[in-house]
Amino acid sequence: MKKCRQCAKPATVHITEILDGQAQEIHLCESCAHDYLQPADENDSVDNAETVALKLKEVANEEDLLELDHIVCPNCGITFREFRSQGRLGCPHDYVVFQQELTSLLENIHGELQHCGKFPKQAPDSSQRQYELIKLRNQLRQAVEQENYETAAQLRDEIQTLETEQAEAGSGKED
Amino acid sequence: MNFDDLTTTSGEWLRGNGPDSDIVISSRIRLARNLAQFPFITRSDENTRNEIEELLRDRFERISDVIQLTYVPVNTLNTLDQQFLVERQLISRELSEGHGARGVAISEAESVSLMVNEEDHLRIQVLSSGFSLPGCWKKIDEIDDSIEQHVTYAFSEQYGFLTACPTNVGTGIRVSVMLHLPALVHTKEIQKVFQALQKIGLAVRGLYGEGSQAMGDFYQISNQVTLGKSEQQTIDDLQDVVPNIIEYERRVRSAMLKDNRPNLHDQISRAYGILQNARAISSEETMHLLSSVRIGINLGLIDDLDISTINEMFIHTQPAHLQKIHNEQLESAERNAARAGYLRKRLSRAENN
Repeated sequence: MKKCRQCAKPATVHITEILDGQAQEIHLCESCAHDYLQPADENDSVDNAETVALKLKEVANEEDLLELDHIVCPNCGITFREFRSQGRLGCPHDYVVFQQELTSLLENIHGELQHCGKFPKQAPDSSQRQYELIKLRNQLRQAVEQENYETAAQLRDEIQTLETEQAEAGSGKED
Repeated sequence: MNFDDLTTTSGEWLRGNGPDSDIVISSRIRLARNLAQFPFITRSDENTRNEIEELLRDRFERISDVIQLTYVPVNTLNTLDQQFLVERQLISRELSEGHGARGVAISEAESVSLMVNEEDHLRIQVLSSGFSLPGCWKKIDEIDDSIEQHVTYAFSEQYGFLTACPTNVGTGIRVSVMLHLPALVHTKEIQKVFQALQKIGLAVRGLYGEGSQAMGDFYQISNQVTLGKSEQQTIDDLQDVVPNIIEYERRVRSAMLKDNRPNLHDQISRAYGILQNARAISSEETMHLLSSVRIGINLGLIDDLDISTINEMFIHTQPAHLQKIHNEQLESAERNAARAGYLRKRLSRAENN
């Protein structure tokens, strides 16, 4: 009796995978087969992270990437290195901070660089204010971590003020 | 929303009453959106996630004239209930495995679901029966617009809707269609279909399983590119190619019926028989047999069973559904017995109709 390829228990489920036209036999025990056969995740999130990591390697060599690793977003604090390893960005401003590096990546993934689909109907709020809010939140998080509660309280007030301003500016929006 | 009630029903999209639903189980469109004034999820701490969830929950109430939603805070559910929602395709595995404040707003008929704090702040999804992308798009576009009246989405003129992963930036749209292709699998012509789809940039994956071999012969086709194409162009890509695949599968089914009716009929009847009588059955075997019975119904070789019942059975025979129906946790062997029990009961009722 064949052994499960994941865990060495007896294999009771035999799956034929067809990859690149080649048939491959995979032998699994019932519980490993259960994991293997989980419904495909609609959002393919794990795949996305891997895709990004792979595609980055296609457009830049390892040396260049290492040099870029230290770039940090001033608003959310993410480094290019972190982005590389998790395949996810930290905030909308990263599309500006990492623009150069992202350009070749986006071209590789999508073949295009200009959005030509739907636009939000409302006039966009001042992006500066949005980015400021993200930056303040990041600073607040750090202040709390470092137990700087006075600074944290000040930051909270600033955030409150900005959000009120935003709500008032966008008050034409609220029906 | 009472989960126990849900165990006896299924989403409207499973009814099997949409166009071409002999081959196309369902059509799905999802949009990825983020709020402009918060960092993306990976850089959002617990408090931020709470804020985002609170904000979005409030907005969901404000659009109740457009759509009625019930919010389920996924972080308060136990694993079984989370798995239950995953099986029903209302949330993704990623959402169930996440941490912090997160949840999903669901519409009455389960055709609309909005995930909060998954990979992006907001993921809107519309599901419908059969091949019905235009209808899906109209609905999701309307919901997106209504929410957008009350929030500011992260957006740039250059890159479109800004998402946590660059693979989704631009329209943030994922258009997909779920197909049942047993005949093409049987004759191994499915490889040709994959190659053709790859050439035009569409992704195919087996619905249950990895690689190109799918349990139950269910495949999902979806777009991969989201930047540089409009939503309509992306939908058109699938609108153009799916009818060819439908046609192909139907042709091969007819040929199989014509050339090999006795064997086909025998195989289908045996599948039906096992499902009606087994005392213990694994989900892998169930998928396989349900797939045969499904073609049987499509080809008119089985006439005492509805498509909607079969569609439901694919969902109800999955692990979390079985355990909820029985109201208790079950080990693997017990599940196999419970599954067989559910099938016997359900199929004998169908016969008596």
